[in-house]
Amino acid sequence: MSTGNMNLTLKVWRQKNTQDKGKMVDYKVADISPDMSFLEMFDVLNEDLITKGDDPIVFDHDCREGICGMCSMFINGRPHGPKDAVTTCQLHMRSFKDGDTIVVEPWRAKAFPVIKDLTVDRSAFDRVIAAGGFISVNTGNAQDANNLPIPKSQADAAFEAAACIGCGACVATCKNASAMLFVSAKISQLALLPQGQPERYKRVQNMVAQMDAEGFGNCTNTGACEAECPKGISLENIARMNRDYYSAKFISEEEG
Amino acid sequence: MSAINSNIPEGDVTTKWTKFKSSVALVNPSNKRTLEVIVVGSGLAGASAAATLAEMGYKVKCFCFQDSPRRAHSIAAQGGINAAKNYQNDGDSTYRLFYDTIKGGDYRSREANVYRLAEVSANIIDQCVAQGVPLAREYGGLLDNRSFGGTQVQRTFYAAGQTGQQLLLGAYSALERQIGMGKVEMFTRHEMLEVVKIDGKARGIIARNLITGELERHFGHAVVLGTGGYGNVFYLSTNAMGSNVTAAWKANKQGAFFANPCYTQIHPTCIPVSGDHQSKLTLMSESLRNDGRIWVPKKKDDTRKASEIPEDERDYYLERRYPAFGNLVPRDVASRAAKERCDAGYGVGSSKLAVYLDFKANTERYGRIEASKAGNHHPDKETCMRLGLAVIKEKYGNLFDMYAQITGENPYETPMRIYPAVHYTMGGLWVDYNLMTTVPGLYCAGEANFSDHGANRLGASALMQGLADGYFVLPYTIGQYLSKEISVKAIPTDHPAFAEAEARAKGILDHFINIKGTKSVDHFHKKLGLIMWEKCGMARNAEGLKSAIAEIQQLKKDFWSDVRVPGSADEYNPELEKAGRVADFIELGELMCMDALNREESCGGHFREEHQTEEGEALRDDENFAYVAAWENKGDGTFELHKEELKFENIKIAQRSYK
Repeated sequence: MSTGNMNLTLKVWRQKNTQDKGKMVDYKVADISPDMSFLEMFDVLNEDLITKGDDPIVFDHDCREGICGMCSMFINGRPHGPKDAVTTCQLHMRSFKDGDTIVVEPWRAKAFPVIKDLTVDRSAFDRVIAAGGFISVNTGNAQDANNLPIPKSQADAAFEAAACIGCGACVATCKNASAMLFVSAKISQLALLPQGQPERYKRVQNMVAQMDAEGFGNCTNTGACEAECPKGISLENIARMNRDYYSAKFISEEEG
Repeated sequence: MSAINSNIPEGDVTTKWTKFKSSVALVNPSNKRTLEVIVVGSGLAGASAAATLAEMGYKVKCFCFQDSPRRAHSIAAQGGINAAKNYQNDGDSTYRLFYDTIKGGDYRSREANVYRLAEVSANIIDQCVAQGVPLAREYGGLLDNRSFGGTQVQRTFYAAGQTGQQLLLGAYSALERQIGMGKVEMFTRHEMLEVVKIDGKARGIIARNLITGELERHFGHAVVLGTGGYGNVFYLSTNAMGSNVTAAWKANKQGAFFANPCYTQIHPTCIPVSGDHQSKLTLMSESLRNDGRIWVPKKKDDTRKASEIPEDERDYYLERRYPAFGNLVPRDVASRAAKERCDAGYGVGSSKLAVYLDFKANTERYGRIEASKAGNHHPDKETCMRLGLAVIKEKYGNLFDMYAQITGENPYETPMRIYPAVHYTMGGLWVDYNLMTTVPGLYCAGEANFSDHGANRLGASALMQGLADGYFVLPYTIGQYLSKEISVKAIPTDHPAFAEAEARAKGILDHFINIKGTKSVDHFHKKLGLIMWEKCGMARNAEGLKSAIAEIQQLKKDFWSDVRVPGSADEYNPELEKAGRVADFIELGELMCMDALNREESCGGHFREEHQTEEGEALRDDENFAYVAAWENKGDGTFELHKEELKFENIKIAQRSYK
């Protein structure tokens, strides 16, 4: 049951499984409230489909407060829709008009195969992190936290890079399906902190190698990733990653 | 009724944990390599436990239902994490954190566990900083702190409004490192549906691969559940959509007692419900109460805008009722006070179920400080507000943005409207001092267990407990059990116990598919939520609870005969997943009402209207109810109550006062 007065046409990507070819299907939704989130509008549509005996549309979502990074819809040609700096779950229907037609697709990238409908497999991101997105410190080995003062500006910069939620919008929007913004955000966070120095150059090489192995494309400095990132992750991170990557080449050659 | 043994070590509370660690049986490295541990859940408790156990040398399998362990709902925690570091030189200590937690929990938690939690709290901050977690810092480069409810010291560490995210990503990194080294095998998009017991001990799980629908059998010498809380029993809560009780509930059916299910935390500062379509509620961090003042109009049914109501016509009711703690009273107290004002007709907004959280006074104060730093000692009001807004933005920017996004209002200009919402559950699987449930070899950590928060959790203590359990407690205590398991070879999963457990899980899934009823899973979930919120929510009474039990029993019948689950069990089918979770919530809901009915007193988040002081505060009955209620599932909706008496040897039990 909804309470609003917006009527919309949705064109939604339906695909049964990874092997299926998939196609766009049209749906009508009525009486949508402008206070609903985009996903709540999908809840209304799914409730309707279930009642009619149709298969509901499968989409990833969990926290619905913009932080878990699970929701991932490509709406009218933009990841997470028309508003800047929000995820799909935080996009509200007041951003649309009565009578609109809205096109909804999954993330599209070779490294993110479609699982079903709007759900894709983003496990490549986990494997990139497993290749080096950490500081090797076992539990119980830490010194007192305040023994290592870190300038506020540096800590703040690391925090800004660490704000990445791993949603994959950067990959989805990039014409090369590059994961450089995601990978560089983690590399930057750790490269900016003193704790991250011992593994700094090994980390960048391992993570970039894994990124390439997963089939993500290269960066051609378009900047769409930064523009579409719901958390405002900066392109500067990519520059920092590239610097570290080339530095690492020289360092390992010298060491080798 | 029988007593249960909590296995608390002998000796003084301040030395129990140290002595335990020095005398606990050890497992040598070559034996650790052959011992397998299953960890279900990848939030703060699960991820930190899985990573630490693997670092120690155990073979670990970790499971989560999301597409990545980084999505676990710990990520959404906003405000902070407590630790008794005393970095602010304001008189904090292990004892004081211990005392605040026991008092905040309204004297319904176990002293020995809480003392240990306070003891290891400082190690957590050290560990996280070493991992590169970017906690907030001061200009001198040292860590910053802020205040949270129920304390008079500043011991809360934070990373803007994203503390949970940063701590979870730290634990996730540690976990991914072990996955990369092949020491943890990770199963994403898998949901645990059964505990497998052999000769009375937990020996594995049945998990469903959510993509293929296949049921899988996994062996473990021990099983750890870090599967979070059950707030979604109310349908609307601040939990993630997928948060559920299924793992804990299946464990309960296999003999793990469920403790204090009626202790739920209703968080005072959430964005109010806006309509029927709502799928979840959003928290506005408790940290906002550092700088926000809560008020309602002094006049009933006042329809003026907040800005049109003059200062002397505003009732800052928390400051009025609780002058010592003011806006920083514990959550249960703040929530009830908001409900009291709204019920009395002083609520604001179109629903009248909201109060104001106003930042104006502190914005101006911050602005004055900033102006003074810049040498302007007599700034005008406009200058103060302009400079102050920049400070507020730096502290709470992401929360203000979230509020604006959801409500369409600008909180920098008008006060926020807030109302209490279900947020956390203090109850959970009963565990002893070792975090072991009543099923040998089955452990429970984090929000999923009942152990540390009594009847009310203090703000910024959930992150502390999740990481304490996972990094520092469980990896030690589980050795006690595993040291006796070194001669047990991995049991093949064609053992009849695995087959039986798998058949149980399959039977339920097939049943759902075959009902082919008329109503969606959400339809039933919403109905359950409404019953729970109205009759087992912020205020409860015997009559309401009895009728809730009857209504839930009817709902259960309707659900099992009329739910419609489309598709099949051997495909990716989120509706089928939801059906299983809601079936378990319905049974748990009934037990929560039974527990609330049994507890003839008010304590913390459990407020029985029949038991209150003249001033409307919770009235405990220590003579008859200073115990943990641990419920044994006897099948067919019947439960047997077991009691663990709570002994207070280090803190004098008293009427809680924040006045």
